[in-house]
Order: sequence, then C-alpha cells, then structure tokens
Amino acid sequence: MNATGPAASAFVEFERVQKSYDGETLVVKDLNLSVAKGEFLTMLGPSGSGKTTCLMMLAGFETATHGEIRLGGKEINNIPPHKRGIGMVFQNYALFPHMTVAENLSFPLEVRKIDKATREEKVKRALDMVQMGAFGGRRPAQLSGGQQQRIALARALVFEPELVLMDEPLGALDKQLREHMQFEITNLAHNLGITTVYVTHDQTEALTMSDRVAVFDDGVIQQLAPPDELYEQPQNSFVAQFIGENNTLHGSVEKISGGRCTVRLDDGQVIDAMPVKVAGEGERTLISIRPERVEVNSDSLGPDAHTLDAEVLEFIYMGDVFRTRLRVAGNDNFVIKTRNRADQTRLAPGEKVKIGWLPEDCRALDA
Amino acid sequence: MKTKTILMTATAVVLAGAASAEEMADSMTLVSWGGAYQASQVNAYSEPYKALNPGLEVIWDESSNEAVAKLRAMNEAGNVTWDLVDVVASDAIRLCDEGLAMEFDPDELLAEGDDGTPASEDFGDLIVSDCFIPQIVYSTTFGYRTDMVGDTPPTDVCAVFDTETYPGKRSLEKRPINNMEWALICDGVSDEEVYDVLETEEGQARAFAKLDTIKDDVIWWSAGADTPQLLADGEVVMGSTYNGRLFSVIEEQKQPVAMLWDAQVFDLDGWIIPAGLPADRLARVKDFVKFATDTQRLADQAKYISYGPARQSSAPLVGKHAELGIEMAPHMPTDPNNAKHTFLYNYEWWADYRDDLDAKFQAWLAQ
Amino acid sequence: MAEATADTATPTPGSVATGPMLAADGVPLKRSLARALRREKLRALALIAPLLIFILVSFIAPIVDMLFRSVENEIVSETLPRTVVALKDWDYESGEGPGEDVYAALYVDLVEAEEMKTHTRLGSRLNYEMTGISSLFRKTGRGIGRMDTDAYTKAITTLDAAWNEPATWIAVMDDDSARALLPETASAWSSWTRIVAANNDDIAKEEPGDFLFTTLYRDLSAATPDALAGYEGPEAARVREAAARIGSIEPVSLREQFLDIDKDWSDVQVWGTIQAFSPKYTPGYFLSAVDLQETPSGIEQQPDDQKIYRLLFKRTMFMSLAIMFSCILLGYPVAFLLSSLPLRTSNVLLILVLLPFWTSLLVRTSAWKVLLQQQGVINDVLVWMGVVADNDRLVMINNQFGTIVAMTHILLPFMILPLYSVMKTIPPTYLRAAKSLGATNWTAFWRVYFPQSVPGIGAGCILVFILSIGYYITPELVGGTTGTFISNRIAYHISSSLNWGLAAALGTILLVLVLALYWVYDRIVGIDNVNLG
Repeated sequence: MNATGPAASAFVEFERVQKSYDGETLVVKDLNLSVAKGEFLTMLGPSGSGKTTCLMMLAGFETATHGEIRLGGKEINNIPPHKRGIGMVFQNYALFPHMTVAENLSFPLEVRKIDKATREEKVKRALDMVQMGAFGGRRPAQLSGGQQQRIALARALVFEPELVLMDEPLGALDKQLREHMQFEITNLAHNLGITTVYVTHDQTEALTMSDRVAVFDDGVIQQLAPPDELYEQPQNSFVAQFIGENNTLHGSVEKISGGRCTVRLDDGQVIDAMPVKVAGEGERTLISIRPERVEVNSDSLGPDAHTLDAEVLEFIYMGDVFRTRLRVAGNDNFVIKTRNRADQTRLAPGEKVKIGWLPEDCRALDA
Repeated sequence: MKTKTILMTATAVVLAGAASAEEMADSMTLVSWGGAYQASQVNAYSEPYKALNPGLEVIWDESSNEAVAKLRAMNEAGNVTWDLVDVVASDAIRLCDEGLAMEFDPDELLAEGDDGTPASEDFGDLIVSDCFIPQIVYSTTFGYRTDMVGDTPPTDVCAVFDTETYPGKRSLEKRPINNMEWALICDGVSDEEVYDVLETEEGQARAFAKLDTIKDDVIWWSAGADTPQLLADGEVVMGSTYNGRLFSVIEEQKQPVAMLWDAQVFDLDGWIIPAGLPADRLARVKDFVKFATDTQRLADQAKYISYGPARQSSAPLVGKHAELGIEMAPHMPTDPNNAKHTFLYNYEWWADYRDDLDAKFQAWLAQ
Repeated sequence: MAEATADTATPTPGSVATGPMLAADGVPLKRSLARALRREKLRALALIAPLLIFILVSFIAPIVDMLFRSVENEIVSETLPRTVVALKDWDYESGEGPGEDVYAALYVDLVEAEEMKTHTRLGSRLNYEMTGISSLFRKTGRGIGRMDTDAYTKAITTLDAAWNEPATWIAVMDDDSARALLPETASAWSSWTRIVAANNDDIAKEEPGDFLFTTLYRDLSAATPDALAGYEGPEAARVREAAARIGSIEPVSLREQFLDIDKDWSDVQVWGTIQAFSPKYTPGYFLSAVDLQETPSGIEQQPDDQKIYRLLFKRTMFMSLAIMFSCILLGYPVAFLLSSLPLRTSNVLLILVLLPFWTSLLVRTSAWKVLLQQQGVINDVLVWMGVVADNDRLVMINNQFGTIVAMTHILLPFMILPLYSVMKTIPPTYLRAAKSLGATNWTAFWRVYFPQSVPGIGAGCILVFILSIGYYITPELVGGTTGTFISNRIAYHISSSLNWGLAAALGTILLVLVLALYWVYDRIVGIDNVNLG
C-alpha cells in the first residue's frame, strides 16, 4: 500500500513496521505511514484491525517486531514511553482516582521537575482551556463522563507535547455529548497546532474530525486519504462498505476501455462503471454505489446511461430525506436516498421503476 | 435414647441369668496420649476386655495433654463425655483438688494382687492422690549421642552442666520441674535436701544460677517427641525426655544414642474417673478399671512399651517385647541397674510451688 | 407486603390538599409507609436471625464470659462465708493474727467445704496469690475431722444425752427465737443440713457433728443471762440447763487446733491474702497480667524475677509487626505478579500460595526445622560453600528469627489474597497513563499504582497482625525462649495451670490492645480504605 502523504514535513513515520504477539500471525503487516506536523490523523477500523496496536507502538507500550518508528526524524523504537514526550488520552480516561483533578494535571509537570509556581499556572491554564477551572479540587469520581473527558484531555496537553494520541476517547459518552466533544477536540488540536493521532471505530467521528483518515483492516491500511476522498473515492470494496452507506451489486467485467468498463450483473443486465480495482476482463467484480447518487428520474441522466429495473419494497420517511429500499438485480437491500423536495415523488411499495446513475459514481471494485 | 434403652433391655434379656447384677453402659470413652503409649493400652487392656465383653464399644480420645482444661470445661458445661482419663500424677492431684475427679477406696475399686495382696499395699505409695489409679512408673531422664561424647561417655547427670567435657547443645524441658532439681543436685545439694533448699528464695536463685551456666547451650522442648528428634538429627549432644521415647530411639530406630539413667526422676501415670458419672457408665468404668489394673494386665503393657508397671506384684511377670523380642526388664526405669540413683518427684511440693516457680522460670527464660 | 406497597403507592384523590397525605385507605401516608417498612425490617431480621444467634452464642457469649472471669472471685466468699465476714474487722497492718472468732468461723466453713470437696479448689485459687496455700488447705482438710473439738461433744452429751438426739436439734433449730439466741449454731446447722442432704442421708437419723457442739458451746458461753432467761422457745429448760453448766467445760482453743495442723495458720500473710481476696470481684488477675500484684498492703510491683507479662506483650506486638512487615515485603511482589498474569496462570500460582493452608501444622514446622536447624539443610549448604565455619553454624530456629520465618510463611496467604483482589481491580492503563505522562517505571508505580493498592495492604496488615497476635502453637514449637508470645502464656494458664482468671485477664488486655490499634489505624488510614476483596 502506497501511503503517500506530505512527506516533506513528516513528523511521525512508520516504516515497514510489523507486529506479532504470538510469533505466528501478524497483527500489523508491513505498515508505512507518515503524519505531518500539525495534522489530525485518524486510524479507523473494526476491532482487531491493528489500529490500537499501532497507537500503542507509537506510545511505546508495545514494541515493533520489525521496522522503524520515527518521531521528528528520530528513531524511537528503543525509547521508553516516559521519555517520548507524547500526550495520551485513554479510552476510560485513566484519571488517577486517588488524586484530585489538579493533582492529576500537575503529575506530568512534577515528574518533569517543574517548579511549583509554574506548575500551578500551567494547571490553571489547562483547566481553563477545557472550561473546567472550578473543578481543580474535585476527585475524578465526582465528575461526570464529559467532565472526566475534558480533564483527561487537559492532562494530556498540560505538559505541551507536540504529539497527542487518543485511544477511542469518546467511546463512553452519549451521542450528543460525543458530537460536542468532537468539535471541541478538533478545535483545540488546530488552535494549539499539535499533531494528533486518533483511534476510533466510529466512521462519523473519523470523517468529521480528521485531516486524513487511515482505514485499517486485517493489519493493513486499506486507504489513507482525506475524508471526502475516502467517501467518494473508496479504493476497494472494504473501504466502500466500511465508510458510509453503500449499495453493492455482483457481476463480472465484460470490457475495459477509455477509463470505463462494462459490467454484466449476475442477472444479466449490463451497466457502466469506473474500473477502480478490477483484475481484468472476465473477472468478478463488486459494484459500489452511494444511495444518494442513484437517480429514479432517468431524465437527469445522460443519454448513453444504462438504467436498471427495480421494484420498490419499502419507503421510509426520514424528514430531510426519503429512504427507499428496492430490489435491484436480485439485491433486496438496495437503498436510495432522495432529498425531500417539493417536487419529489414518493415511491409506493410494489411500484416498478427504472433507476440509473452516472458511470463516474459507480465504482467497480475487487470482488 | 429410646433405641439405646431397648437395646440394653434386649441385651439384658439375652444375658439373663448372667452375673451382671448392675446395669452397665454399652460404650465407654477412654482418654489417653495417643501414639505408642495409647497403642500399648489398647493391646494390653481394652482389646482383652472387649474379648470378654462382646458388643462393648470402646472409644479412644487422644486428649490427655489437655485433659485438665477440657474436663473443667465439660464439668462447667455439665456434660462430661469421658469415662476414664489417663493423666500424669500431678494432673490427677490438680483434678482431685478441683473436684473434677472421683475419689475412691483402692481396696474396693481395684483388684487384689495375684498373690492376694490388697490393692492399697500392692500399689503402695504410688497412690499419690485419693483420685489416682496408678498404671505405670516412667522416668524423665537423659539420652546422649554416643558418637559425640568422645571416649568418656557420661555416667553422671552433672555432665549436662559440664559444657567443657561435653560441648554442644543439650535439650531440656521448657518448665521448672526436674530442671530445678537437677541444677541443685549438681550444685552440691543432697537429694534429700533439694526441696528444702528450693523452698527458699536463695535456693531458687542458686538453681537459676546453675542453669545460667548452660543457658546458651540449651534447646528447650515442649513436646515429648522433640528430644528424640534432636538427638537423631545430631542437634544436641544430650537431652532429657521420657525413658520410653529414648527406648524407641535406641532399640527401634537404632540411633547412636545411649541412656544416662543417673538421677532419673520417677513420675507416675494413671487413670482418673471423672466426678459425677451416671450410674450405668460408672458401673462400666469400675468393671473395666478392676480388670485393666490387675497384676497380669499391668505386666502385659510392658510388652509394648518400656514403662514399669505400678504394681509390685506385676514386676516378676514382665516379659519380652512383643515385636522386638528383647527382654524388657533391663529397660525398665525400676530395674536395679538403672535405678542406682533415682530422684523422687515431690507432687505435694510442686502443687504449691508450681505457679510461683513457673512464673519465675518463664521470666528467667525471657531475660 | 405487596398490599402495603400498593396502599402507599396509590394516590388518594383529594389528599393533595392540605393536611397529612393519606393513603388510599385513609390511613396517613407516613404511618402506612412506616408499617410497610417495619414489615420489611422484620423480614430482614428474620433472615439474619440464624447468623445473629450463632454469633451471639459462639462469639459474643464467650467474650462476655471471658471478661467476667477476669474479675470474678466469688469462690472465696462462697467457700468461706463466715470467715470472710469475721475477717472484716481484722487489721492486717497490726501484724498479729486474727482472734479466736475468726478461727471458729474458719472451722465451720472448712468442715462444710471439706464435706463438699471445695476447700482444695479454693486452695488452688489462693495459691495463685500466695505460694503454699494450696497444700495448707489440702492438709487442713485432712485434719479438720480429727480436731480436739470432740471434747465439746463429749462434755455436752455427758451433761444431757438428749443433745445426742437429732430430734432435739431439729426442734431447737426450727425456732426463730432459738436461732436468734444461738446465731453461730444456727448458721452451722444450715451447713449441717446441706451436708446431710449432699450425702443423701436423713437428718433425723444422723448424729450431730462435732462442729455443732463447738458452736453451741460458743453461743451458750456468749449468751447473756437476760437473753437466756427471756428464751421461751422449744427445749427452753434444756438450753438453760446447758448454759448454766457450760462454764464447767474445758475450752478448746481453735487457733491452737489449726496451728497443730499447720503452723502457717499463724502467718498473717495467709490471713492477709484471704482478706484481700474476699470481695466477689477482684482486680487481682488484671494486676497480675501487667506484672503488678495485689497484696494485703495494697498494689505492688511483682518482684523483678517474676516480671514477664509486660515483656511478653511488648514482644508480641513487636514480633507481630515484624511478621506483618515481612509479609508485605514478600507478599506484595507476589500479588503484583499474580494480578498481572492471565487468569489461568494466576489461578495455578494462587494454589501454590494457598498450599501452606493445606499442609498440617506439624509437617510445616518439621520442614522448617529440617531447613533451619544447626545441622539442617541451609547450614549444611553454607558450611559446604565455606560461608560459615562448621563449628560456628548459624542459629536460625528456636529464636525470634525462626518464629518470624515460620509465621510469615503461614500467614503470607492472608496478605497475598486481599492484595491480589485489590490489585486485580487496578486497570493497567493507570500505569500506562502515568508513563505516557512522563513518569519512570518507579514513579509510575510509587505515585500511581501503590496508593491504589494501599487498601489491600491495609486489609492484609489487619488480618496478618491480628492472626499473629493470637498464634501460639508455632511460636511454642520454633520460638525457643525469645520467640514466644503472650498467647503461649494464655494457653499455659488455660490448659496447664488452670488459672483461667489470669488467662481471661491477659486475653482481655490483648483484645483491648487490638481494638486500640484498630482505632489508631482507623484514624490514620481510615477503615473505609480497607478492602478485603
């Protein structure tokens, strides 16, 4: 996988990194990644995909079995965690229960032998930064989840690290709070200009927060790209299905020519698609298309566009959009989304319609 | 309870016309010291008695070392479950003083000697308390390692205090009794005057001063098995214990140990009947005691363990060891060769001075 | 229960207005709720009742009994009721023995005590306080029946043979005015009835005992002519007749009689001891337990050569603390290791930790002896390696070291288990968090992990300390002279010397010490911070 980034200003680099716990299977396979200074990079993937392992190797809690990890150009493989100067926010915050909030924040400064006056000032500034100035004397157990989250963040930032790692920090919060914190974290990170590596399995979080997202699966980065590119131009079927809602159709490639390919679906119908990741003519492929790019009204399509027969199975009114489930080419779970416009027709179950899309929106991927 | 009554009635019917005029309990709980000593009692007393009384249940309880406290507790709770208890003479005196043991008339309770001597004469002075039925004469004496004393095996009890000729540790019992007497004897007090001297403060100080000379060389024992083990391990060059224990080290385990009979202190062990037994249990116990302390039975016990029978009339009947096949008479503490210099333990005196001297002895040990 | 809840839960229309809130049935809501709660409480009480009763019977009752025994001293006034009263006016400081009245009271008391076999028990009791009283009482018990007081019997029955008839006595002693005239005789007569009853004899057939004639002689000698003249009770003539001729009888000195049995009866120390210990409750046991003693002339220090208990208390505390600290030192790393291992491995290792529980005490102790004694394995190895000389082997058992080693071994699981259960709940992320914040391994452990494991240490310390304070078998076996505990003396007094009062006093002091330490601990660490897992 060629993970190209702004290599010129690479701050964190993984080079051919491998990790195995048992000596038999690799949880991280040949990882190459570089993160630019000031960048907000998210590692996204299902559990067991190797993203957390990567984060732990970067933090120094796991050692790479092979390969090199560099921070600011220096190899850090053999540097113990406490000397790496990396701030970290843990999944359950890991606030020390026997210390007050202020003591928690003061801890990284104390171990750095910073004098008391400076310490107090920095703690106060960090607390104010997360709007928790009044809570210095409390114990973590006396705080709500969101408050604990802010304290954990403040503690990771108080010693002014250049790199902050966050391991699913919002996992324990409810939806509303989570969305609010996403906003705050990105704001803070950008304002302070720190480099952030963020791990999550929540794609919305990844898309809304990051400069770039690395999608992990099976120990490999499947795609590394900015959020829009990731959504609109998935490089393989895993990414296409993992990010956002996605319709798939199975078929085989008939012809590839001029940046287009013709695909014969399994029920015999023929469509055009972008050959993003196909092995060659005659090979199986998976067609991916986003629900909002499907047109029911064939007028808006080009004259040479293919259309497919579809039967409406279900219509769901969702306020801003309509969500319609169709049977298309033998797939009962083909979903389309249409905006709630005044002139938009509401399809009724049992109705037969013709659907179509622009070939640019239809991506032929690995089966 | 009811079943028991029916059973007993049935037995009575079966035995109708038999000699049993009094109703006797059909089970009996005997308390002894466990180990080889209890085994000798089972072999010599209870098995033959059971053969004569089929259906009788004999229960053995190995609680003699705490019999005094347990009897007192049982008595306070008003539920004495023991029928006959094996204790040393000093404990018998204590139990008698406390009203926990039954007083009896020896000539009525105990069988005549086989030569027709009344029991009170046959046992003679050994009936040291109105509640005490003597069984055996044992002695507390010394054993020494034959391989650790050079060419001059000790013949005098004062070898214990002679650390120059016999260097090495010696083991003594962790109580004042016997040790105080030996200390005075070796400090030049004649046997007859020992207790007169010990009664005075100066005499006690004198005994402690003598013991002081070997204090650093003493391992203090509290269980009868300690000295035999210490001798067998070569931890001590000589040590005091009961003569039966030494017999087993020398003759059964064949360890390089020999007896130092000089100034052996005779002591007695025997039965007491707890006070306040119900009539049927008392009748049973009296019947058993008459049998188990007759001339032949007491002589029989010496086949199994090297303690002397308490009856004069039993002495000529002492034969060979049941398993080793050696003559037991030369191993008896009462054998003329062994009893050239014996010391008589003064029960009355110790009953008075035991509490006082024990406190002083413990204080001396702790210094 | 269910209805009650329904009652309180159902809102009553109109009750929203002023006045107390009413339940659906019109009963005030508060009362309804209280009733419902009471039923709940009763049910809860019924559920814990078996345990409560069990604890009361098996735990609280023995402790109360122990506290009581440590001060209880009724034996003296019960066995010698008359003597105790007669001794009240006697002054120990005078240096002179008590008068004839006291000896007379002692005579009657001891006659009854000897019949009831209680005099030797009293002797044992008083022997704790003064050496020699045990044999004095035993000897006196044997001699009491052979005193010359039968002279009174002979003389009085010679005067009038009717005094030999139980019927005469029964008639006289049945009358209140006679008893008022003859107080000592009346008192002795009640003893006589008890003696006869205890022997299952018939009082109407038993020849009156010598001591009755002794008291009769004393009463008649002491009676004033007026009192005699005024006596109108049964056998009045006979009583007056006897009184008139009582002067002709040769008196027998009871003091001399007692001195004949044992000259110690003239020793003021003996009388002082009886007097000092005549109250029903005594601080004597507690005084002995702290190396003081109650003497006829007040509280004094024990002689130096008998002081032992304060030393043993101090030693017990010191050794228990030493054992506790060595348990922490050895147990903490083990618990740390266990808690960081996968569950399956740690379970296997836990079994190893618990192994000492499953080996018999004697096997364990023997194993320690084999290892630690001078001819033992460790010394052999050291000699072989040339670390110690053969004639200068280390003494590692039968002293404090041996006790600490053996007891640490035995009590280690009590430290490891609570530590383990607390450490198990400390997530490893705390350590990682600390390290990511820049702490070294040691700082992360000391500042972050250790404070959170303190509750486990607290629990382990309490368990180990309290258990070791009460241990006595192991110190007895491997402690030699310097490694024994106060519990060894308690065990000795319980099972050997039968001085249960002193044992109870020592036990009570130990209990109070433990409670005091617990209190201090609570003040310093806070008992809420203890986690027993």
